[in-house]
Amino acid sequence: MRELASHKEERLAEIYHRTWPNGLTLLVEEMPEVRTAAFTMLVPAGHIYDPPQGQGTANVLSELILRGAGSRDSRKIVLDLDALGVDYSVSAGSFHMNFWGVTIADNLVPALEIFADVVRAPHLPAKELPAVRELALGALDSLEDEPREKVLVELARHHYPPPLGNDYRGDREHVERLTIENVREFYNRTFRPNGTIVSVAGRVRGEEIGQVVERLFGSWSSQPEPIWQLGPEPQHYAHIPRQTQQTQIGVAYAAVPFGQDDYYAARAVVAVLSGGMSSRLFTEVREKRGLCYAVWASYHSFKDRAAVFCYAGTTADRAQETLDVLLAELRRLPEGVSDEEIRRVQAGLKSALIMQQESASARASSLASDWYYLGRVRSLDEIQHEIDTLTPQRLTQHLRQYPPQNFTIVTLGPKPLQIPVA
Amino acid sequence: MQFHYQRLPNGLEILGEFMPQSRSVAVGFFVKTGARDERPEEAGVSHFLEHMVFKGTERRTALDVNRDFDAIGAHYNACTGEETTLFWAAVLPEYLADALDILTDILRPSLRQEDFDLEKQVILEEIRMYEDQPMWSAYDQAVTLFFDGHPLGHRILGTVESISALSREQMVEYYHRRYVAGNIVVALAGRFDWAKTVEWLEKYCGNWPAGEAPRQLLPPQVRPATKTIQRPQVNQEHMFVLLPAPPATSEWRYAAEVLATVLGDDTGSRLYWALIDPGRADAADMSYHEYQDAGAFFTYLCCDPQDAAGNLELAMQTIAQAVRDGVQEEEIHQAQSKLASRLVRGNERPYGRMRSLGYSWVYLQQYRSLEEELARLRAVQRDQLVALMEQNDLEHATIVALGPLAELSCGDSEGARGGAAVSASRADPASNPAQPGFSLRGLP
Repeated sequence: MRELASHKEERLAEIYHRTWPNGLTLLVEEMPEVRTAAFTMLVPAGHIYDPPQGQGTANVLSELILRGAGSRDSRKIVLDLDALGVDYSVSAGSFHMNFWGVTIADNLVPALEIFADVVRAPHLPAKELPAVRELALGALDSLEDEPREKVLVELARHHYPPPLGNDYRGDREHVERLTIENVREFYNRTFRPNGTIVSVAGRVRGEEIGQVVERLFGSWSSQPEPIWQLGPEPQHYAHIPRQTQQTQIGVAYAAVPFGQDDYYAARAVVAVLSGGMSSRLFTEVREKRGLCYAVWASYHSFKDRAAVFCYAGTTADRAQETLDVLLAELRRLPEGVSDEEIRRVQAGLKSALIMQQESASARASSLASDWYYLGRVRSLDEIQHEIDTLTPQRLTQHLRQYPPQNFTIVTLGPKPLQIPVA
Repeated sequence: MQFHYQRLPNGLEILGEFMPQSRSVAVGFFVKTGARDERPEEAGVSHFLEHMVFKGTERRTALDVNRDFDAIGAHYNACTGEETTLFWAAVLPEYLADALDILTDILRPSLRQEDFDLEKQVILEEIRMYEDQPMWSAYDQAVTLFFDGHPLGHRILGTVESISALSREQMVEYYHRRYVAGNIVVALAGRFDWAKTVEWLEKYCGNWPAGEAPRQLLPPQVRPATKTIQRPQVNQEHMFVLLPAPPATSEWRYAAEVLATVLGDDTGSRLYWALIDPGRADAADMSYHEYQDAGAFFTYLCCDPQDAAGNLELAMQTIAQAVRDGVQEEEIHQAQSKLASRLVRGNERPYGRMRSLGYSWVYLQQYRSLEEELARLRAVQRDQLVALMEQNDLEHATIVALGPLAELSCGDSEGARGGAAVSASRADPASNPAQPGFSLRGLP
């Protein structure tokens, strides 16, 4: 990412924003009415940078990185974060290593100080690697006991080309072979301020956090963006044989990415499918036919592509009907959306938007996500306006332009299903 | 913050806490009924009825119910536990009247035969979904074994057999027996006008049948035991260790939460250092579950089958050591700090606050402000933890292991020997006041 003008400092509505010469961006939303504060740090070091023979490296790093940093050893980091009452997580996303934390607002700055060490000065001790590797292997084993999670992991893998569709847990054999040098190499290659986004929301002051972040990250040197390569398109169908009572069904299809003009229409379509309990999938699959307990659709986006992921789980002998009904609902979408449906979607989006203002965590995550996808933070008025201007015509037009098609279908259960020709 | 309370002539209790900083309002109807109130032949009816409540009334079809909730942008759901069935909605303040209209209407459901037959299929799917998840299967088995014939050992979902055999008439009878005004508490938190709210509720619920629905209380006689359930197709060994703990009505519950956090929180606890940090297990955590007349410390372990016996032994030793040597001041402060932070966050939004408010009233008939809760948590002392560990028999655990293993004890594992005695002593508890429960909608 190119460097932005030095010490750019401005106020976007209620948002404090600053981007340093090294490319690190800070966004702060002051929420004086809450008692807590949350932060998100997106470091552009996700699992897409895993070496082809080192699938799972980013995930191992996400655990190892907490095992000693700066002046603290592994135990001291945990003890100090506990003493500050911080709930936190580090996880390897596709493009970013995601650091998240929340605590009482007064403890936010000391928590950021610890995480600055974790990000910039981790010890990555060799003696901790065997334990961390065992945890990573255990997570791969546990996935096999979670049929719902498993089918979604395989759905992404069969929908997006690698490394976009890869699961962060990686490959068992690769993880078994991983050395401390491999993990350190990954850290050195990927961790950098350029492209890093730090967001804070809660009972804090923007300027104060700006000074803290200046002190903690201002001297971090930028470095070139590492290379990664998109692999070939995967097979868009798979069945995973498993002696379970239920068959798990996953269906995915392409959608418009976050940031493109038609984004709000795309999101509204997903809400028509799976917003509230009156949405189409819940109504047709569960309420009218009693085919399953869980059925839903959700939207997922990268910068350049996006998808709708649908899920249903049902007894094996009713799985074919469930899949057929689900696909019929997707194919029926371009026929149009009613006024009433749009009004319900608008009501749901509006209330979610307002309720999000009550949560420091939700706001911190939203700020970082806006910045990553859009390079700016959307104001509430802007989002409200977009919601208000949704119409059945706009959705129908969108659906005719981008009809659900070319489905990726993954099933898990005792027997495969008949997949209709697209 | 402002607390309000009113009891209608038919016994319905209404409570509310005004939160000036919030932008929405949450309302919950806490019906004091659950799996423990079921007769053997109606196992699972509480949860099935919770689903049926959304299937329509004289004024609304099932689809109308969903559409009406969605039209006001409500977040809404329901969940069923051993002792409480909760129906709730969170909305923008201008829609509170509509939300109350829908909720109070659906709580007088038609329970139509046709809807009953259809929803039965959904319930059976929900049961099968959990049966495919080894952790939940192990959980069910552990609870049943631990409570040994006591109603708290009832399965919330029932079984495929009990649900298949259940008739609409049995559900109607259960409904009339348990859903009386005196057995329901309405809790609100967030932005609302108290006087208007009471007026609406008088109008909508004033004619609900009065009456009480007493529950037979009989403290369970916990029976230590060990059970291994072999499931060759399962990958990991899933183990639950249950130990007795104070009930929800006890002042010891704060100490129980602190102790559980010290011993079994998911980071920085003794189990974390013994089992997770060294990479021995994928999961090793402890939580405190509280009921009206009983409590239990649940420890869940998940790991490679070949490490199962050794890890179980290690977990039991970890508990035994705390019983023998007590815990450090520093550990207590850390646990308090984490719990305080979670309490503040959990109560920051109307939904979380409504739940705390409602459960506190259901169990204690008391209002406790967040500050009072925090003060009670911070007042927990080291000697209380020692006393807590002495009062509860943590020498003998109930253990269930589910996974590829046919037999857990490999001779070298004291804790897993066929019978009962394990090398632990007092237990630990952990914490969330929320009842484990099953919700209406299976979300991602």
